[in-house]
Amino acid sequence: MIDSLRKHVSPGWVLVAPFLMLVVVLYLGPILNILWLSLTDPEPGLQNYQKLYTNDTLLRIIWTTFRICLITTIISVAFGYSIAYAMVHAHKKRQKLMLTLLLVSFWISILVRTFSWLMLLGHNGLLNNALETLNIISEPVAFVRNELGVLIGMVHYMVPYAVLPLLVNMQTLDTRVMSASRNLGATGSQTFFRIYLPLTKPGIVAACLLVFILSLGFYVTPAILGGGKVLMVAEYISVQLLVTLKWGTAAMLAALMLFGVLALLYIMSKFMKLSTVFGGSTS
Amino acid sequence: MVGGNNAQGSLQLKKLQKKFGSFVAVDDVDLEIQQGEFLTLLGPSGSGKTTLLMMIAGFLDITSGDIELDGLSIANVPAEKRNFGMVFQGYALFPHMTVRENISYALDVRKRPKAEISARVDEMLDLVQLHEFGERKPGQLSGGQQQRVALARALCFAPPVLLLDEPLGALDKKLRVEVQEQLKDIHRRVGTTFVYVTHDQEEALSMSDRIVIMQDGAIEQVGTPQELYEKPETKFAASFLGKSNFLNLKDGLHALRPEKIDIHPAGQGDVTARATGTIRSITYFGSVQKFMVSVEGDEELEVDVDSWRNRYPLKEGQAVDLTWEDRATVKLRNG
Ligand SMILES: Nc1ncnc2c1ncn2[C@@H]1O[C@H](COP(=O)(O)OP(=O)(O)OP(=O)(O)O)[C@@H](O)[C@H]1O
Ligand SMILES: [Mg+2]
Repeated sequence: MIDSLRKHVSPGWVLVAPFLMLVVVLYLGPILNILWLSLTDPEPGLQNYQKLYTNDTLLRIIWTTFRICLITTIISVAFGYSIAYAMVHAHKKRQKLMLTLLLVSFWISILVRTFSWLMLLGHNGLLNNALETLNIISEPVAFVRNELGVLIGMVHYMVPYAVLPLLVNMQTLDTRVMSASRNLGATGSQTFFRIYLPLTKPGIVAACLLVFILSLGFYVTPAILGGGKVLMVAEYISVQLLVTLKWGTAAMLAALMLFGVLALLYIMSKFMKLSTVFGGSTS
Repeated sequence: MVGGNNAQGSLQLKKLQKKFGSFVAVDDVDLEIQQGEFLTLLGPSGSGKTTLLMMIAGFLDITSGDIELDGLSIANVPAEKRNFGMVFQGYALFPHMTVRENISYALDVRKRPKAEISARVDEMLDLVQLHEFGERKPGQLSGGQQQRVALARALCFAPPVLLLDEPLGALDKKLRVEVQEQLKDIHRRVGTTFVYVTHDQEEALSMSDRIVIMQDGAIEQVGTPQELYEKPETKFAASFLGKSNFLNLKDGLHALRPEKIDIHPAGQGDVTARATGTIRSITYFGSVQKFMVSVEGDEELEVDVDSWRNRYPLKEGQAVDLTWEDRATVKLRNG
């Protein structure tokens, strides 16, 4: 009995079992509670979920959220890719400096960063003032208090998150493989598109998942840089919780996001082994 | 053959030098490599073999000196334009491609017609006997099979020169001997110039037309396996390729191979003894027996004797006479 268990359960699970229990109690519990709320508040039934068909505002918010998250993901991962590439190919000393700068950006509060953008890009911000003084523009450009502002803020916050999985992926590549490609007569761009890019696919997928999932929960940035015009799901949930007290709707939206993320992971797992995406062994 | 290389494949290295900062990794290497030759670079770890090969391949800049292909300088030709095949240390196969895709890569990037590529890949798979593995990924192959894929990939575009960096380093002893023979056979069939790096002396002896012994980035001696074994010029060459005793004679240091010494119980030899001593240890290796004999002056001589032809029942501690012919000793330079 124990032997057969041993065959099927990797011993690693035993090691993490206590923490797993902790997670189940402190994490799964509340999640189940939310699911429960979404089905029972204000009265039992599926009416909270029916709103998805009937309520246009809700649909628009979900679509906005999805669109902004998708654009943020694409831009952040593209930036992250080139930054990670530059880091991997920089000299040791410079690599350390770049890594430090990257980590520093994790330590700065999102609130501080968001307000900095407001000061930089606002109507009377540094950039608009400078451009006006230089007579390049006559009217201030609306960089913030719209979707553009939200995207700028979110991309800025997300780029470091995109860099990390890509960096790990790129660092483990065998540089001899790229040399081999050149040796076989491939040009730089052929080597990049046929060898480098496919080999960094796990890093790209991991970065996309990480950025997209984190973006879904963005709250402060859209609220401040969107100027009330860009309503995303997280902010809407908080309004339902704190202002209109429709906990059932809030719970339904939360559950929807949760299932959205799980579905995303499931689809991904159909295309590739997720453990390689998250840095596990390929065997 | 496809590939379209007109090069013959002779290489000339002229006063080639490579410095990393102030450290000299390759030092004034002068070498002529003949077309179609199997040339081995042999040397201990850190002697600059890989560095030299990487300069020939074009992955490392030359600090000074020149490299010529058929008499024309290629020092400024980038790696992807040199058309040299290369088998990397650790193979460096493309892990996301099948065996076929790996092998066809060089022709794919040259945008050859599909039919030609397919025919050539079949030819290569035949050459390395991997036909049934064409659709597998490198990760699903054994070490020996991966090695052969690397070889086929490097030979697919018919390069005039093939560079191999310890291609058998990752294989176990028995498989190694097998692959050595396959490699030698492939060399005979394709007629490409092979520049082969190894630190395994047996591999070098059994496969090469000529061997270059390297130490500290410089060439110690160049010659056929037989020349190097029978006529080593330096102490390093004598001890790195095969085993050797060293004798300090009146006119300088001499090398004496252990199997060229005859051993007899004291007083029983047919000729007068060159040295006398006592047996300190006997090791039995099957076909040969190794005797360590202490001779006067603290010295120890190794004597290897064919077990089958050994006429005497010798024991440890026994007094013995050692004899050898005049031509058995080789006078060494700078020693
Ligand atoms: N990029 C580099 N920077 C500084 N020193 C280097 C570099 N590459 C190699 N070296 C040094 O050059 C010397 C020769 O190295 P090389 O790799 O050519 O040795 P090798 O003969 O191939 O050894 P091995 O049998 O272990 O592969 C070594 O002392 C090594 O430390
Ligand atoms: Mg080496």
